[in-house]
Amino acid sequence: MTFSIIWIPFFLMAAFTIGGGLGVVISRNLIHAALFLALSLFGMAGLFVLLEATFIAGAQVLVYLGAIAVLITITIMVTRRLMGITETVNRQWPIAALISLLVFITLTVVNVNAFGAVLEPVAPVPADDITLLGLLLADAEGYFVPFEVASVLLLAALIGSIVVAREARE
Amino acid sequence: MIPLSWYLIVAAFLFSLGVYGVLARRNAVAILMAIELMLNAVNLNLIAFWRYNSPGIMAGQAFVLFVFAVAAAEAAVGLALIISIYRSRETVIAEDVNLLKW
Amino acid sequence: MELPPIVTTILAILTDVFTGINDLLMTLWVDTLGLSEQLAMSINTFIGAFALANFVLLNLILTIWFERKVSARVQDRFGPNRVGPWGILQTVADLGKLLTKEIIIPTNADIVPFFLAPLIGVLSVITIWAVVPFTPTAIGADLSVGALYFVAVSSLGLTAILMAGWSSNNKYSVLGAFRAVAMLVSYEVPLFLGLMIPVMLTGTMSMQAIVDSQLIAYFFVMPVAGLIFWTAMIAEVGRQPFDVLEAESEIVAGYNIEYSGFAFAIFYAAEWAHGFTICALMAVLYFAGWRGPFVETIPTLGIVYLGVKVLVIYFIQVWARFTVPRLRLDHIMNLCWKFLVPVMLVLLVVTIVIDKAAAALIPNYLAYLNPDLPYFQRLTGMLPRAGVLLFINVIVGAGALLAVSRQGRAERERIEALRLAEIEPAGPMAPIETGAD
Repeated sequence: MTFSIIWIPFFLMAAFTIGGGLGVVISRNLIHAALFLALSLFGMAGLFVLLEATFIAGAQVLVYLGAIAVLITITIMVTRRLMGITETVNRQWPIAALISLLVFITLTVVNVNAFGAVLEPVAPVPADDITLLGLLLADAEGYFVPFEVASVLLLAALIGSIVVAREARE
Repeated sequence: MIPLSWYLIVAAFLFSLGVYGVLARRNAVAILMAIELMLNAVNLNLIAFWRYNSPGIMAGQAFVLFVFAVAAAEAAVGLALIISIYRSRETVIAEDVNLLKW
Repeated sequence: MELPPIVTTILAILTDVFTGINDLLMTLWVDTLGLSEQLAMSINTFIGAFALANFVLLNLILTIWFERKVSARVQDRFGPNRVGPWGILQTVADLGKLLTKEIIIPTNADIVPFFLAPLIGVLSVITIWAVVPFTPTAIGADLSVGALYFVAVSSLGLTAILMAGWSSNNKYSVLGAFRAVAMLVSYEVPLFLGLMIPVMLTGTMSMQAIVDSQLIAYFFVMPVAGLIFWTAMIAEVGRQPFDVLEAESEIVAGYNIEYSGFAFAIFYAAEWAHGFTICALMAVLYFAGWRGPFVETIPTLGIVYLGVKVLVIYFIQVWARFTVPRLRLDHIMNLCWKFLVPVMLVLLVVTIVIDKAAAALIPNYLAYLNPDLPYFQRLTGMLPRAGVLLFINVIVGAGALLAVSRQGRAERERIEALRLAEIEPAGPMAPIETGAD
């Protein structure tokens, strides 16, 4: 492995992702946690760009940063009465840390053993990848049914969350 | 290019952070955020495998799009539930919502 | 007639100015200084990005002056006329004033988000310009997901607003941020749907291809979609009549109330640059961007056409800004969810169905999209499609107007009846009579 210029954006984006993730689980101030989450999601979009999945990167920024992060931030602002008074972690946090460490070690060992030898992609990304993706989603042999189910799921979630979160009248 | 395993390590680290957050944080919104981290780690794995193993087949990207849909639905419903609980019980701490607990 | 070689070189550069400068710099780096090809390209990319970002910000000096002048004319004033010729340097003087002011940090403000917010705000605007095509050959980056890039980047502005509103530790700024986010999220829906029309008609998200396919500008082919998209864009930047997020008479100044000095200047710059940027995007997506006569042979003309279109659109926007009164927040929401979104959805679905049917029935319906054909063949090739789409738009637009006028009449009659019912019982015998019923 020799040094190449692509390492710089990779390390930068990986640092954003991991640093943001650390901030999410560690920071005591929930708003800061939400902002760290946004940073992590942004770094993830950068990693997608490095992996040449530009459409997914755009969708990531749009869905996660433009919708989910905003939603979470607003929820924190609405429900912030007890913020900062209580402990951020519960009693089982040492066990939780141990479990997550074990998960990390297991995943890393398995991944490095199985895929440590993969240094290069097998083929370049096709030039019309977005067209292929669109055709795959609209293809009855491909993912047409899951695509429709996903839209029904989103509609159900939309209606359900409105019903749940609406203030009861009278 | 960067070796595939580096992306996988980043994803694994993010996933275990999410596991820690879900198990250890008390605030329900923080738990939701940790779940989002785990979903993102899965997305990174999917895209990395797509890029390195089968860039000609778009199934990896299609799966990520479905994960997006599920994550958006999950965030919307989860946050709505949290707001609803906050209205009736004045708390967003997951342990304090214990009416059904022995 | 023989021209000296230097003149022909200069003419060649002037015909296609961006590519010319790029080639000139490449020869300078590679041949004269002996740098590697890849490094030279990176340097050129960096110079291009630097120049573009600075163009966006320096351009503000002109656009702010322009807006103040136009607003002054609308309100029967002179506007800035002291600093420089026609007051053109007024913005520079204002900038100097803002730079020398103290940046006041509110008590208990969250410092990092407080100062990060204006930067993210201005970033989300400047980065949009990467996908604005200037000439047939010049664009920051002709991404295959250009349209998606635009909406993704501009959604970062939401984060900036929330950060600013929350970190200021002021209830008015939080209120302003909530109002802003509620409105911006709502208006993203018609914005995306309106963005889908050019993408769908062209069959790609690349901005350069979208402009290239507009032999007839989409605004004249799909006027209803164009108007809705424009409205959503104006709402998205929060200008009058959609400026409830600022509403200086109601919630003082919205999310940026606590900002002062240079931090405020950055927010201000982001907002005004956004106002100008959406005009550029409107010109690109619906008014055919650089398209105009002879642009195929002399690409430099593209900048002139784009500039003229952007200025005309900007003028209309300023004109609307200073003549249309501010809408109430609930009216804004109603306009979005009960009018713009349904009309746009109906238009989208009808367009998809009829366009597909027409493509199957009419031969060579989509042949004009091929950029290798000669210009006039493409222009005539687009006519059948333009006719079909215009027909759809007239039908849907007329239907929407009819529905709105019926709804408006019903609403007026309802309110009138309510008012009468309120007045009637005031009479001496009225309560008893209604009670008997």
